[in-house]
Amino acid sequence: MRLLTHNMLSSNIKGVANGFPLRIVAEKVIEKPVEMNHDFLKNMFAKLDWKAFVDASRSLGYVELPDEADASMLESSEFLNKFHHALLELHLEEGALVCPETGRKFPVNKGIPNMLLHEDEV
Amino acid sequence: MASRPELQAPPEIFYDDAEARKYTSSSRIIDIQARLSERALELLALPDDGVPRLLLDIGCGSGLSGETLSDNGHVWIGLDISPSMLNVALEREVDGDLLLGDMGQGLGFRSGVIDGAISISAVQWLCNADKSSHEPRLRLKAFFGSLYRCLARGARAVFQVYPESVAQRELILTSAMRAGFAGGVVVDYPHSTKSRKEYLVLTCGPPSIATVVPSGKGEDGESCSDDSSADEGDRTVSISDRHRPRKKQKVNKKGRGREWVLKKKEQMRRKGNVVPPDSKYTARKRKARF
Repeated sequence: MRLLTHNMLSSNIKGVANGFPLRIVAEKVIEKPVEMNHDFLKNMFAKLDWKAFVDASRSLGYVELPDEADASMLESSEFLNKFHHALLELHLEEGALVCPETGRKFPVNKGIPNMLLHEDEV
Repeated sequence: MASRPELQAPPEIFYDDAEARKYTSSSRIIDIQARLSERALELLALPDDGVPRLLLDIGCGSGLSGETLSDNGHVWIGLDISPSMLNVALEREVDGDLLLGDMGQGLGFRSGVIDGAISISAVQWLCNADKSSHEPRLRLKAFFGSLYRCLARGARAVFQVYPESVAQRELILTSAMRAGFAGGVVVDYPHSTKSRKEYLVLTCGPPSIATVVPSGKGEDGESCSDDSSADEGDRTVSISDRHRPRKKQKVNKKGRGREWVLKKKEQMRRKGNVVPPDSKYTARKRKARF
């Protein structure tokens, strides 16, 4: 699972008011290089929750991203490279996502988070 | 089609390892899925500016439909309930991210972040109650409600569905409308039993020009290209049929006549079959010396 997906996901358990962001417990992180697309990065930048994104990248062991970012930084190719790497190339392969309110763990196996809820959580 | 898969077992059980493998190794299914997702993407009507969008593939299975999205340069997230199908998707090294989840439990995404959603032959599964805790109405409501929240304003969702009955189509459509979607059903090749396909085209937001439902293919008798094998039925210009009672034979010496042939050809075209174009030779009798 990429951080792009993590930034979109929130906990869906019944009664949880704010299930975002899910905390990451990383056991294995892999990197898969992909081609960079500037338009896509600019498009996604507006939608990202930057703080959650930086926190998530740190929990995967990537500390290069700045705490604050604004749209003007997208002009710098150095920043774009880091942004691209963290957003699309880092994959959480094994670990878990933890709901911030209830502490419920969603296990991640082979890069696929198991978001299935139990019957009493729907 | 022998029997509908959703009547046999719940999706996570029906699509086990064997079925998942079968599904993905059949070139016919791959071909159909690719064509369906191509059409769904067309109906999504994303702005044509070359910017990759973040799309959702609901019921992505082994990622056959996702492949079409990747081919068109988009980034996608796939959701499926069958672990076996997702395993096959992993093996095939699809480009999108995969999630194991149940669409009937609602989609856990932040608000307004998804640029569009497609779903190929999946939504009809929601109409079944596979567990005692399942209530199709509530599951449809949870699904469409959460989908409406996570889609960006003005974004579209296109579902290719195989509704079992009129009531089922009605159920799906009303649930979508209750969630706030505008839109309707697009039917491709409505006159054909084989190539008839239904797409639910939904738009997030109030009705406007953008929410007008596009028209289906083959409504005006346009032939569909997939029956390249042509139809097996004989298309000979019948002279007489000895087994019919005399009365019903309205055949004169010259045969059925051009008008009749043209009428039949038009019927076949409306069904979506491949029919040779009309020309001055249409319905002419061969010369005796041939």
